[in-house]
Amino acid sequence: MKYIDEFRDGDIARKIAARLAEEARPERAYSFMEFCGGHTHAISRYGIADLLPPNVRMVHGPGCPVCVLPIGRIDMAIQLALEHGAIVCSYGDTLRVPASGGLSLVKAKARGGDIRMVYSAADALEIARQNPEREVVFFAIGFETTTPPTALAIRDAHRTQLKNFSVLCCHVLTPAAITHILESPEVRQYGTVPLDGFVGPAHVSIVIGFEPYVQFAIDYQKPVVIAGFEPLDVMQAILMLVRQINEGRAVVENEFSRAVTRHGNQNAQALMAEIFEQRESFEWRGLGEVPASALKIRLAYVQFDAESRFKLTYQPVADNKACECGAILRGVKKPTDCKIFGTVCTPENPVGSCMVSSEGACAAHYSYGRFRDIPVVAQKS
Amino acid sequence: MKPIKKDYIRPLDIRHGCIDMGHGAGGRAAAQLIEELFLAAFDNEFLRQGNDGAVFAPPALPPGARLVMATDGHVVSPLFFPGGDVGCLSVHGTVNDVAMSGAQPLYLTASFILEEGFPLMDLKRIVDSMARAARETGVPVITGDTKVVERGKGDGVFISTTGLGVVAPGVDIAGSNARPGDVVLLSGTIGEHGVAVLSQRESLEFETTIESDTAALHTLVAAMLQAAPGGVRVLRDPTRGGLATTLNEIARQSGAGMLLDEAAIPVLPQVEAACELLGLDPLYIANEGKLIAICAPEAADAVLAAMRNHPLGQATARIGTVTEDAHHFVQMTTRFGGRRVVDWLSGEQLPRIC
Repeated sequence: MKYIDEFRDGDIARKIAARLAEEARPERAYSFMEFCGGHTHAISRYGIADLLPPNVRMVHGPGCPVCVLPIGRIDMAIQLALEHGAIVCSYGDTLRVPASGGLSLVKAKARGGDIRMVYSAADALEIARQNPEREVVFFAIGFETTTPPTALAIRDAHRTQLKNFSVLCCHVLTPAAITHILESPEVRQYGTVPLDGFVGPAHVSIVIGFEPYVQFAIDYQKPVVIAGFEPLDVMQAILMLVRQINEGRAVVENEFSRAVTRHGNQNAQALMAEIFEQRESFEWRGLGEVPASALKIRLAYVQFDAESRFKLTYQPVADNKACECGAILRGVKKPTDCKIFGTVCTPENPVGSCMVSSEGACAAHYSYGRFRDIPVVAQKS
Repeated sequence: MKPIKKDYIRPLDIRHGCIDMGHGAGGRAAAQLIEELFLAAFDNEFLRQGNDGAVFAPPALPPGARLVMATDGHVVSPLFFPGGDVGCLSVHGTVNDVAMSGAQPLYLTASFILEEGFPLMDLKRIVDSMARAARETGVPVITGDTKVVERGKGDGVFISTTGLGVVAPGVDIAGSNARPGDVVLLSGTIGEHGVAVLSQRESLEFETTIESDTAALHTLVAAMLQAAPGGVRVLRDPTRGGLATTLNEIARQSGAGMLLDEAAIPVLPQVEAACELLGLDPLYIANEGKLIAICAPEAADAVLAAMRNHPLGQATARIGTVTEDAHHFVQMTTRFGGRRVVDWLSGEQLPRIC
């Protein structure tokens, strides 16, 4: 497929791998966090770990929007469907996230909730137009990538005075989460999570540009390389990070220059600012309360805010005690460090959120990489 | 003596009529529907008997031959999709299930669950397509049943078919037969059926040239078995769950692992593009006219040649080998040069595709 195959070329990958092996200094270790779930998925799906020198380690970050969504938020969506009789429109990978009381959106659907999978906020808007007698709520999750389409849907609903459409807004912000990880005691005090640099977000950066990371790279002295989601993008970004470390630099570099500019998509940013404002604080699964890390709908558009429209209150719910998603999302633990990984917690019966989305660290490792945990006798074909 | 006047029954108004509860009540309306729509399309000596069941002499079986029965329900939505419809699908699906035991399919039965209000015109289209498929495959529908459910309690038409077939002596095909070192063959490109159905979904409609690959594979199977007697160990059609799930089933049944070569798995560029856009993986998308064959290494070339010689196997590829693996992992060497697990499908990728 044109414009895709070029970024999945195995020959070029092997060339970058050879250069990495040459340039990575054997006397030290390199530890990089890929923030985004999209990168985690690419690394697992294409087997990138096999192509890296043994002293270059990737730490999976919290950038999987489904994974960081706290249980209490999913409970709210289920409540809308089962108690308020609303049509709840959700992105596909949110449907199976476990909620309280053994429920999930899929299970709530089986109990009579009208829950529909949509590919975009615009689809939810269309469902609202087709069902004027029903309340239609869009369960809006995701980072800056999915926020502008939600903003657009709210603006459209406002302009056309749509009366039966609202949004359960759970949009979160990337820079706040990265800062939160670097401020965490594991990274700053104990050094239990050595982080030498970041593979920076791809699609998020198309919207916000790479400017927001510039100061952050200087303040924390950590290099950031913005990278696309194709496997060659990731390989190239890792090589660029190794070079920055070797040269003692810590700046923002842009590997994804075919899509990301310094200031990003300013129309989208203006639209977001028109519709949303920062929440004082928001609970992230795994990270806990993070100040100024999420968005809520501005007062001017409050009629489209499902939280106020249905008078919902957020009830925090504790994670399963054995689940290590929190530590895994912060990079403190690996999926295999979790006692229930692959036994009690599997993609069929996810206990923690990291096992739900294919972008989650646990699901990615379970689905694509778990053969590495055990010796396997495989014949060469 | 006056001749007895034949009852005048107004013929079915196929153009404007709909299924109503009367069509399932066993009275005149039901008899008329069966006669004018089903019998007219499927016509054969067994149906003409007009009995509750078809009576036929058992096929003359040589010693060592066995019978195979397989059954399959078809609930695809939408009922009509590029390249086919629920009618031909219900013939191909069951013929293939019988053929995957290495059998020659002989007869089919069909059971229809119709929803009140379903247009007779659409039903006729489906039944005609089904009858055409039965004629083309040479496997007649010899008995059937029709039920009607109230509006809202079905989704237009559900069709269950059952097939009967004969396995020749010496043919031993089962999911548990794969052995380390065996070769994995795939009869062509994957993912067309699932993507073709998806392209017609109300919420998703996109324009595409992709057509379902729905087809009956029994003649391909016969050609393979003839080319390498005893050489084919496992046959399976990768329908729901796609290639990945089917290979995992075989790996578990056989107590072995597999190592695939991603670059060797054929996928049409249109399917790849649609999957890329929709966030799906062709490895998990349903096929209705493809088969996986696991062969003894020494027979692989002959089977491969026979498959490529058959119109339904021209794009056959050697996609991997069976390995020794206590964990029964299906692994794949990626086009990128790394290695990964190809896991079972978890949850559902697409609702109701067959």
